[in-house]
Amino acid sequence: MLRLFTAIPYVWLLILFLVPFAIVTKISLSDYAISIPPYTPTLDLSEGWAGLRGFFAALDVENFVFLTEDDLYWKAYLSSVQIALVSTVLTLGVGFPIAYAMSRAPEAWRPALMMLVILPFWTSFLIRVYAWIGILANEGFLNQFMLWTGLIAEPLQILNTTTAVYIGIVYTYLPFMILPIYASLDRMDPSLLEAAEDLGCSRLTAFWHVTWPLARPGVIAGCFLVFIPTVGEFVIPSLLGGSDTLMIGKVLWEEFFSNRDWPVASAVAIILLLILVIPIVLFQRHETRQRERGG
Amino acid sequence: MGLKLIGAALASTALVSMAMAEEVRVYNWSDYIDEELLTKFEEETGIDLIYDVFDSNEVLETKLLAGGSGYDVVVPSGTFLQRQIQAGAFQPLDKSKLANIGNLWDVVQARTEAYDPGAAYSINYMWGTTGLGVNVGKVQEILGEDAPIDSAALVLDPANMEKLADCGVHFLDAPTEIIPMALQYIGEDPDSHDPDVIAKVEPILMGVRPYIQKFHSSEYINALANGEICVAVGWSGDVLQARDRAAEADNGVEVAYNAPKEGALMWFDQMAIPVDAPNPEAAHKFLDFIMDAQNMAAASNYVYYANGNAASKEFLVEDVIGDPAIYPDEATLENLYTTTPYPPRVQRTVTRLWTKVKSGT
Repeated sequence: MLRLFTAIPYVWLLILFLVPFAIVTKISLSDYAISIPPYTPTLDLSEGWAGLRGFFAALDVENFVFLTEDDLYWKAYLSSVQIALVSTVLTLGVGFPIAYAMSRAPEAWRPALMMLVILPFWTSFLIRVYAWIGILANEGFLNQFMLWTGLIAEPLQILNTTTAVYIGIVYTYLPFMILPIYASLDRMDPSLLEAAEDLGCSRLTAFWHVTWPLARPGVIAGCFLVFIPTVGEFVIPSLLGGSDTLMIGKVLWEEFFSNRDWPVASAVAIILLLILVIPIVLFQRHETRQRERGG
Repeated sequence: MGLKLIGAALASTALVSMAMAEEVRVYNWSDYIDEELLTKFEEETGIDLIYDVFDSNEVLETKLLAGGSGYDVVVPSGTFLQRQIQAGAFQPLDKSKLANIGNLWDVVQARTEAYDPGAAYSINYMWGTTGLGVNVGKVQEILGEDAPIDSAALVLDPANMEKLADCGVHFLDAPTEIIPMALQYIGEDPDSHDPDVIAKVEPILMGVRPYIQKFHSSEYINALANGEICVAVGWSGDVLQARDRAAEADNGVEVAYNAPKEGALMWFDQMAIPVDAPNPEAAHKFLDFIMDAQNMAAASNYVYYANGNAASKEFLVEDVIGDPAIYPDEATLENLYTTTPYPPRVQRTVTRLWTKVKSGT
């Protein structure tokens, strides 16, 4: 009975990860065709063994070779990773002080503060990104406000630039940074800091020697939680970014919708996954080690 | 055996859905019908109408080619329709169920035959041109009284674009419409499928790229109407909707639409029934309803696009039938061209060129 119970995660993994992955891999090895579905070969079991052999014989890696021939793809991967890295650092910069302040707030306030961090999730993600269009546009709240205060004389072009993409990403992924950091800091015993100060540490060195090491597992978890989904982000760059914001999510969209080339689109997705496997494996390792240490 | 079981299961779900209220699912372009017609259809036929909208042919095509879209009526444009027919995405129309088919306009049909020979799979819903939406006052202020507002040179000549840039210029994010326009402008065949010929538009587009504020296929309606931008390369009816919104707002913005005098792209949106439509019977009823002269006229009067229905003309308001931007005169009609779908390899060249123009990579 218990064994059956432990098998559930594996079944989960099989259905929700391995099967879709196998399907996408298969499409990436196929060829474009004008048909439903728009690629060939498709698996036809009615022909039995010969059909199956023909099916595998028709698969090849030419789509992957194609990706190496055009500099668009590696530039898009590189630019996505770069945008994700910068966003992660920015999110950490904004998220850490918030998490820190939350963990130092009076006990009675904390549930309410936690609520405030989670609250935006109650609204659709898409609507929240659209709201930023209203804030950042040339006629938007931010520009109107800055014009009114006399800070600027001409509206700033923020919307449709990479800056807007960074703002959107930091805003959207902030809770994923705050919550794990807060979880680490919340467990910290404040008397440790008192002890450090008694032993002659300044507040800054106490922070560096006590708080930071204790917060680090949360910081690392938060960084991965922000970095990994950001690399493949599509909605934020397409709504807030300009046409010169190059991200792999947009390239993938164009392969699917403009070129209708599902095989090349699948190849782009597979490479993206391979790029992400490295940080995902690192993250898993880190989590396991953390659990071992905790237990 | 397995197939039989699936067949039985399908039959029983069909029975269940017949026991419930009958419904028909229509997938059309956004802002493309008078919504009162939808209620009217439900009242006349007793069929529940589920009406969804899209804003790009690419999205529709991806749904159709994935199979099982669940829609009974869809509205692709001509070139897309042609490729989808080839892919086997539609079922032939049963014309015995379309009593109003005689209302269709032979002049339009003669042109849509290129996409759907014998009109076997589709009927024309509306058609229009791709051209220039202009904020007349501002453009004349910048370029002078004789500003070329009826020429592609307005948006493809860097000398003009440089001056217009600060005021704002939007382009449709639709390579299959902009590239033919640029080809026509430099005197090449707008429907060329030769990658070497298509490559000739790259320097033209790159030359004006720095002055284009945005590539987008629907935002320009509001932007033109509010006076936020001076020029948009857009679709005829959309620009006319902007003109009306500006007039209603009474904000002093005067918007005009012109098809480029060098020749303009004429496109057709066709209604068709997917091969796996759950309710083809009701789909035919919907097509017949749309082809009714008064219904079709109501739709055109509402969205400012010409339709492919000759009988509807007598019910069109003067604003629509009398406007040469919507119903062009003979001479302009001669000056319009159509395009055909690109083969996959050429499509890739076109998309790649477009990415390069937009992102510089």
